[in-house]
Amino acid sequence: MENFDLTLIDWSRGQFALTAMFHWIFVPLTLGLAFIIAIMESIYVKTGDEQWKKITKFWATLFGINFAIGIATGIILEFEFGTNWSNYSWFVGDIFGAPLAIEGIMAFFMESTFIAVMFFGWNKVSKKFHLLSTWLVAIGANLSALWILVANAWMQDPVGMAFNPDTARNEMVSFWAVLFSPAAINKFLHTISSAYVLSAVFMIGVASWYILKNRDVVFAKKSILVASVFGLMGALFMVWTGDQSARTIAHVQPMKFAAMEALWDGKTNVPLIALGILQKPAPPKSQGTYQEKDFYFKFEVPNALSFMAFLDVNAYIPGVRDLVNGYTDGNTGRTEPSYYDKIALGKEAITALKDYKEAVNNGDVENAALLRTKFENKEWMDKTFKYFGYGYYDNKSVAGLIPSIPISFYAFRIMVMLSGHFLALFIVMLIFSLKNKLEKMKWLLYVAIWTIPLVYLASQAGWILAEMGRQPWVIQDLMPTLSAVSKLDASSVQITFWLFAITFTTLLIAEVKIMLSQIKKGIKGGH
Amino acid sequence: MFESLSLLALQQYWWIIVSLLASLLVFLFFVQGGQTLIYTLGKTETERKMLVNSLGRKWEFTFTTLVTFGGAFFASFPLFYSTSFGGAYWVWMAILFAFVIQAVSYEYRTKANNFLGQKTFEWFLIINGALGTILVGAAVSTFFTGSEFSVNKLNLTNIFGSGSTTISAWEGPAHGLEAVLNVQNVALGLAIFFLARILGLLYFMNDIDDENIFSRSKKQLLINTVPFLLFFLLFVGLLLLKDGFAVIPDSAKNPLLWKVQMEPYKYFNNLLAMPLVLIMFLIGVVSVLWSIIGTLIGKCKKGIWAAGAGTVLTVFSVFMLAGFNHTAYYPSTFDLNSSLTIMNSSSSKFTLTAMSYVSLLVPFVLAYIVYAWRAINNKKIDIAEMQEDPHAY
Repeated sequence: MENFDLTLIDWSRGQFALTAMFHWIFVPLTLGLAFIIAIMESIYVKTGDEQWKKITKFWATLFGINFAIGIATGIILEFEFGTNWSNYSWFVGDIFGAPLAIEGIMAFFMESTFIAVMFFGWNKVSKKFHLLSTWLVAIGANLSALWILVANAWMQDPVGMAFNPDTARNEMVSFWAVLFSPAAINKFLHTISSAYVLSAVFMIGVASWYILKNRDVVFAKKSILVASVFGLMGALFMVWTGDQSARTIAHVQPMKFAAMEALWDGKTNVPLIALGILQKPAPPKSQGTYQEKDFYFKFEVPNALSFMAFLDVNAYIPGVRDLVNGYTDGNTGRTEPSYYDKIALGKEAITALKDYKEAVNNGDVENAALLRTKFENKEWMDKTFKYFGYGYYDNKSVAGLIPSIPISFYAFRIMVMLSGHFLALFIVMLIFSLKNKLEKMKWLLYVAIWTIPLVYLASQAGWILAEMGRQPWVIQDLMPTLSAVSKLDASSVQITFWLFAITFTTLLIAEVKIMLSQIKKGIKGGH
Repeated sequence: MFESLSLLALQQYWWIIVSLLASLLVFLFFVQGGQTLIYTLGKTETERKMLVNSLGRKWEFTFTTLVTFGGAFFASFPLFYSTSFGGAYWVWMAILFAFVIQAVSYEYRTKANNFLGQKTFEWFLIINGALGTILVGAAVSTFFTGSEFSVNKLNLTNIFGSGSTTISAWEGPAHGLEAVLNVQNVALGLAIFFLARILGLLYFMNDIDDENIFSRSKKQLLINTVPFLLFFLLFVGLLLLKDGFAVIPDSAKNPLLWKVQMEPYKYFNNLLAMPLVLIMFLIGVVSVLWSIIGTLIGKCKKGIWAAGAGTVLTVFSVFMLAGFNHTAYYPSTFDLNSSLTIMNSSSSKFTLTAMSYVSLLVPFVLAYIVYAWRAINNKKIDIAEMQEDPHAY
């Protein structure tokens, strides 16, 4: 273990998680609110009703406050790939860098150019050009999400590339495979629809507060109507894409899937655990490879997990233990090697690369040519090189290859159960909004306000599942965090971690205080 | 279209794009330079408000260009990204910190209940303006002075011994901070700082309709031009006289392999070998000086455009000197052959080709930026607008 500084790796992971989680507090509101504001401004331009202009301006003010801090936290993320994960930047930079650059050229400039028109152009450009600018801000923000989410999805399901032993990295061979992989499409659609849900809940919650205070009631009701429709559509789309995402995970990240279901032993006709409390970890087994957990209690839906994952109630789903020890799917006859075998195969792939690079460096042309044929052999690449990343776990516990089961399990349930709550809230809000009875439903208005923190919790839980559930992989099966990290002192990363933690927390407090202050001012205080 | 280009041609194309982004970034540093002057030029709250709002409508262009510069560098030369960012950790972290605090400052500065107070956010802008420009300038100067790092791709396979698996390693303990001990790095850092202030002054003179700010800006223009010229000439003098990092064929082993060795007057020779770059450099420098002098002796308010164009040409030609004519653009003083060249640090031909198609969008992006800029800037900022505009920062 001496060639891996585990303290450095943990702090580097912590710093990235800290930045990503802070960033994701602000981004979803930007993604959704931008569209809702564009819809409201469209109504204003179409009807000429000044009330809609005031409503648009009020929400645009909150949008601006949120947008600024989203930018502040976002710039760190982009550069942290280089500062803290330098090996990663080289190993897959040929593929991963492209979406980041396209994001800058295609999306960021659109966003930053037209946001100036959106805020300062009310009396300087025509109504229609202003409306176009607002829509372009919304499109730019969501395009930006597209590219970064394509990049993230590629890390979870690396496709469209080939390994080049000369450059010791993976290189892109199909841009379209990267862009249109099922993981990328699901990741993008599920994430933006969750952002639309968050934004709608935020708007409904804030507007409910006005109704409870009997202030700006007309404005609040109009906001709730638009947000309920927008949120309902977003929530339905989110549920559908969430289902698709789960199916993709079952295929490309079976360990994440097993972890989020706390499924230790594989079987057919697997039930879905709707709700359950995990027991505390049992003592390590005598072989000491991993720890087993079970449930204090659980409510199951028979066959549902098999159906959800493979659209077949009889489908076999491997558990954590099966993935570690290897298994054969009784239904299909497909055999999956054990983690021990994968570690051996990964070690073989790493050794082959080492031998090849040494032969090239020593000018041993004949041997180099012979060794290179391995990397050109599709069968060897598919059966051996595929497990390159496992080789770094040679002589290490396979426990390092299992993500945290409690975190994955609970994060998934928090996300799913709260999503049901949001869906119900949108439906009920829409019904009472259409019946014009919102003032009488005080309990509902309070629920709407208290749903705001819940939607942020669900949103964070989704990302915690996505990122913690894929540990230890930075690139699924190819590069673990062990070999991705920059060569730094752990103390350096500790210092920057706390520096950013303090800075982001301070800015978050400032943002919340300004936001609350602006909300208290009401629509008259909006611009 | 791009498929027919050789890998080297694509590498050169992308070095040109990265250089262009860097040049535009330095021009857009007028925002940073202007931020450092808000107390110098703004003697009253209204004057400071005009200054901040004048910059506040442009700051996102600088920020976005910085982010795109990072993304484009990552996509086209990922080995630079992993080596420099992962190695010169403290320099890049300080730069990032400076831009984090800028991003919220405009929006939050005058908002009610902003927790830190107006002055704190104004100081955030000043810190960003000073730290951002000086550190970026010093970091770019290391393209000519070198840094202590090693690159060994074999490290990736180091699972058997006790050595690190990290390909790029910084070989000094300061992780980039050592750059400030080099006179040439400091000279470029300070030259960029004062240039940004000059550009900021010229921008204010063009964008704000206020006599007091105009006359103070004019006075400051002279005050900032003197140190700018001093540090710029020091940097250029040292650059042209120093030995440079030349890339030559390693014919002893393989004609396709290259090695890096020191060459006397390398960057001066590069200028002579690339007359177009020499012409761009001279036109750039003359444009900047001409716009400064023209503004000082006349009543010209449009100096920002000639100075901006001059800045772009000058910085672009400096980047050409760093990367073209068989030169290592990110040299290692620890191990010459670990130095990065546009050939050994780039993405694959496929990725560069795909990215080149995306680069065709750049003219459209520039076109809508110009259109939107003109739409917003059709009237200069004045006191009346500050009192009427509810979204004013």
